[in-house]
Amino acid sequence: MRRALWILAVLLSHWRRHPMQFATLLIGLIAATALWSGVQALNQQARTSYDRAAAAFGGTRTPMLVATNGGAFSQQLFVDLRRAGWPVSPVVEGRISIGGRSVRLLGIEPVTMPVEASAATEIGRTGAQAFLTPPGQALIAPETLASLGLAEGATPALNDGALLPPLKLQPQLAPGVLVVDIGIAQKLLKMPDQISRLLIGSAKGPRASLESVAGDRLRLVQPDAETDLERLTDSFHLNLTAFGLLSFFVGLFIVNSAIGLGFEQRLPMLRTLRACGVSARQLNSVLILELVSIALIAGAIGLVCGYFIAASLLPDVAASLRGLYGAQIPGQLTLKPEWWFAGLAISIIGALLAATSSLLKAVHLPLLATAQPYAWQQAQHRWLRLQGTGALLVFIAAGLALWLGDSLIAGFFVLAALLLGAALALPVILGIVLACGERSTRRPLVTWFWADSRLQLSGLSLALMALLLALAVNVGVGTMVESFSRTFTGWLDGRLASEIYLNAASEKQAIEIKTWLKTRPDVQAVLPGSRTDLQFNGAPIELLGFADHATYRDQWPLLDSTSDAWDRVRSGDGALVSEQLSLRMKLKLGDRLDVPTPTGTWPMDVVAVYADYGNPKGQIGVNIDALVKHFPDISQTRMGLRVAPAAVPALIDAIRTRFGLDGRNLADQTTVKTESRAIFNRTFAVTAALNAFTLGVAGVALLTSLLTLSNSRLPQLAPLWAIGITRRRLAGIELLKTLSVALITSLLALPLGLLVAWCLIAIVNVKAFGWRLPFHVFPLQLVQLLGVAMLASLLAALLPILKLLRMQPATLVKVFANER
Amino acid sequence: MLTVRHLTKSYRSAQEQIAVLRGVDLSVAAGESVALTGESGSGKSTLLHLIAGLDEADSGEIQLGDIIVTGLHDSARAALRRDRLGLVFQQFNLIPSLSVADNLAFQSRIAGKHDAAWQRELTERLGLGALLRRYPEQLSGGQQQRVAIGRALASKPPLLLADEPTGNLDEDTADEVLRLARDLVARTGCGFLMVTHSERLAATLDRRIHLHAGLIA
Repeated sequence: MRRALWILAVLLSHWRRHPMQFATLLIGLIAATALWSGVQALNQQARTSYDRAAAAFGGTRTPMLVATNGGAFSQQLFVDLRRAGWPVSPVVEGRISIGGRSVRLLGIEPVTMPVEASAATEIGRTGAQAFLTPPGQALIAPETLASLGLAEGATPALNDGALLPPLKLQPQLAPGVLVVDIGIAQKLLKMPDQISRLLIGSAKGPRASLESVAGDRLRLVQPDAETDLERLTDSFHLNLTAFGLLSFFVGLFIVNSAIGLGFEQRLPMLRTLRACGVSARQLNSVLILELVSIALIAGAIGLVCGYFIAASLLPDVAASLRGLYGAQIPGQLTLKPEWWFAGLAISIIGALLAATSSLLKAVHLPLLATAQPYAWQQAQHRWLRLQGTGALLVFIAAGLALWLGDSLIAGFFVLAALLLGAALALPVILGIVLACGERSTRRPLVTWFWADSRLQLSGLSLALMALLLALAVNVGVGTMVESFSRTFTGWLDGRLASEIYLNAASEKQAIEIKTWLKTRPDVQAVLPGSRTDLQFNGAPIELLGFADHATYRDQWPLLDSTSDAWDRVRSGDGALVSEQLSLRMKLKLGDRLDVPTPTGTWPMDVVAVYADYGNPKGQIGVNIDALVKHFPDISQTRMGLRVAPAAVPALIDAIRTRFGLDGRNLADQTTVKTESRAIFNRTFAVTAALNAFTLGVAGVALLTSLLTLSNSRLPQLAPLWAIGITRRRLAGIELLKTLSVALITSLLALPLGLLVAWCLIAIVNVKAFGWRLPFHVFPLQLVQLLGVAMLASLLAALLPILKLLRMQPATLVKVFANER
Repeated sequence: MLTVRHLTKSYRSAQEQIAVLRGVDLSVAAGESVALTGESGSGKSTLLHLIAGLDEADSGEIQLGDIIVTGLHDSARAALRRDRLGLVFQQFNLIPSLSVADNLAFQSRIAGKHDAAWQRELTERLGLGALLRRYPEQLSGGQQQRVAIGRALASKPPLLLADEPTGNLDEDTADEVLRLARDLVARTGCGFLMVTHSERLAATLDRRIHLHAGLIA
């Protein structure tokens, strides 16, 4: 043990003498761990929230019985099933409005609640009696309580004047949910003797068949491993993970470059250690011990940085998830111990991965330094041939995945293979370009310029790969976001055609408002709208009702439609289908839809497909009158108003004064569009931040490679200095060389980035969100990114160049006197 | 103390097998200083490397005390170098990131044979007292070789092997370094086998063995 510690001390002494190299290694590991664990923290936070939502008194984690028609059913069925031996427990669900904020209300029956619905046991512990006996309790999550601006014990009034029982905090409850006794919920939701679903406990025992008790009125829904929310948000988290992974690998490039150089510089030391009697096994064990120790320290710092990155990105991620999927994520980061352990583990695995080639060299280290079997050119040729073959194989795999694959994972595989193949091909392409440059000149210094650039290629290639990947991803994502932004803006103009949007507090108020609006000469049209959620072919969808009006016929942008689409919609047997639903369920014009409704099945034909950006749920657009006919209890409080633009402010003031509506349920078109764009921008704010991080890390990778290389460059530069080339000129040549390879790399990154954008738009977006977008190229954006890349390269090259400029002649002379 | 019997070693070059040692026999007694001379390519360094367990012989036997070196696996050969041998190279092979003091103590510490009094005496005899806090790059060639000799003898090994230890030094410095080495060898009573090109330096040791074309001449 003592011997191992001595060897470890000797190995560590190298870093003490080369602090910059050590800092590089730490920075790489910290950056890799921080970015990876930051993204994981965000994913974990979101998943914990989904779990809380799913665990809230039997989400999709518990088997349940629901009405075949998708609506509520009679409480008598619960009684009949209990008598028939079914361990069922009733749940009523609906939405209520408190102070203008919509909250999900769950009514449960704690006595029969299955123990698997976890939160029920909490009620048992805190006292089912207080929950059940008047005035009862309304369980609420801390986040919901805070967002409503209420205190525990308060009894808030609903918009219709009814009072909730006193609020009681329950931390493990999902945000945005209120839980009360079923009797209270039925009263508040105006669903007397009605039940939304029956949870089934795991108790075994004799029971009658479902059909014999409930006929065909109920159907069994098996528990899902994944909740609807998890399914919907999977693609978002996959995107985040992909970015985290990319940043992690870019960080590992730095680590690999630092470890590789450290190893090369320590080769004589390792040989000396072996000569002094340290066995190969012991040396390799201590090398691994050293690496693991460094990875643990860097991992711990990386985790702290990752925590701060996650905390700073969380508000945007939460806003994105809320805007895109309606998922409620608490704004405060709470992390499980597994996150910390996983972070340290990933740091160690990353360090070992990055050090694999160096460790393998150490294992096979010959004790005697023999003459190299190849000249460097031969070695480089062999290496480039291998990389070229690897790139070709990866491209073939990408092509096959593109041809055969039909999933989001396949899409990401194509993307990853494309990037990996390009990274592998980069040194080959650079080698060819530099060799062409070398052949094109006979001037000695210029020949040396090209030849020396080729010599440097193996040392710089990892950093250049990092630059290529970071830049290509930036171009790809930037192009995708910009294409999306342009399409989204045009689409918003078409979809948000009404000048004013309002949502009345109650149906009574909605009728009053409509009556009043008829007396206003400035109102050209009132366009009632309504929507309801339902399960269609096993997936959650949204049914959107809209009026038959020229506004929609003229302005709604349809992607595909039959000639009589609007007439069929008006007659109630035609439906517009959102693009994502048509892709997901492979629906095409003319296909039949049998929509389950409380009044029976509603048959319709698909007559048009429309874009519905930002909506994760599939949507079916139908005529509002037909919708009300099939869903008699549907809320009819929403409407859009067509008004001359100049009359909008006065009308909004008048409605606000007369009906007491505020900004939450009354907005003009400009405000709604601004909010929609803000949601859009926040959705991509995370992407932009991770993009910037990745480019920053690539810049650091280039800097560290150049810095570490600069130390080993002296034997190449000293002879030129000795024959009369000034340090200033040498520095200029070095700068030009770095910028040349960076420019070639950046120019290659642009077409690669456009290919990445095409993959994102044509494959990943379609699979992840169900949206097809037109592909646009934005030349100005490309020029800007090229400029940023060259600036990053210039900054990275500057420090080693200044070092060379300030180098004392004595240091250069040493090359001739003390070369090892 | 050291006995080499019928030792052979060959290397495969691009097209042909080159026999470097073709059946070498030699011995070095405890306290004896032996110079191994020969022209370039005669196999001097290869022989030294085989004795040190840095490389493996094709056939023959090397015996150091009661240990048959040629039968040892890598870890045992490493332990042999650590505990029973002192090695000095032409390129000094100091650890650049360790100070002179740490370089001197390094091998004795990993061998678990660190002797502070002996360390002080070595430092004094080698004239390194003022240089202990310096790093190898801050030393002259002669100073670096003195540190290398000190490191090799810090654990009082029974045999000191030196491969052209004065090859990088000027004549005066070479004489000075070799004088120190001889003194310390005499002080510790270990055997000393030195590869050298210099007939002059070889003549200062107890015995000289000349190697020609892989055979003792």
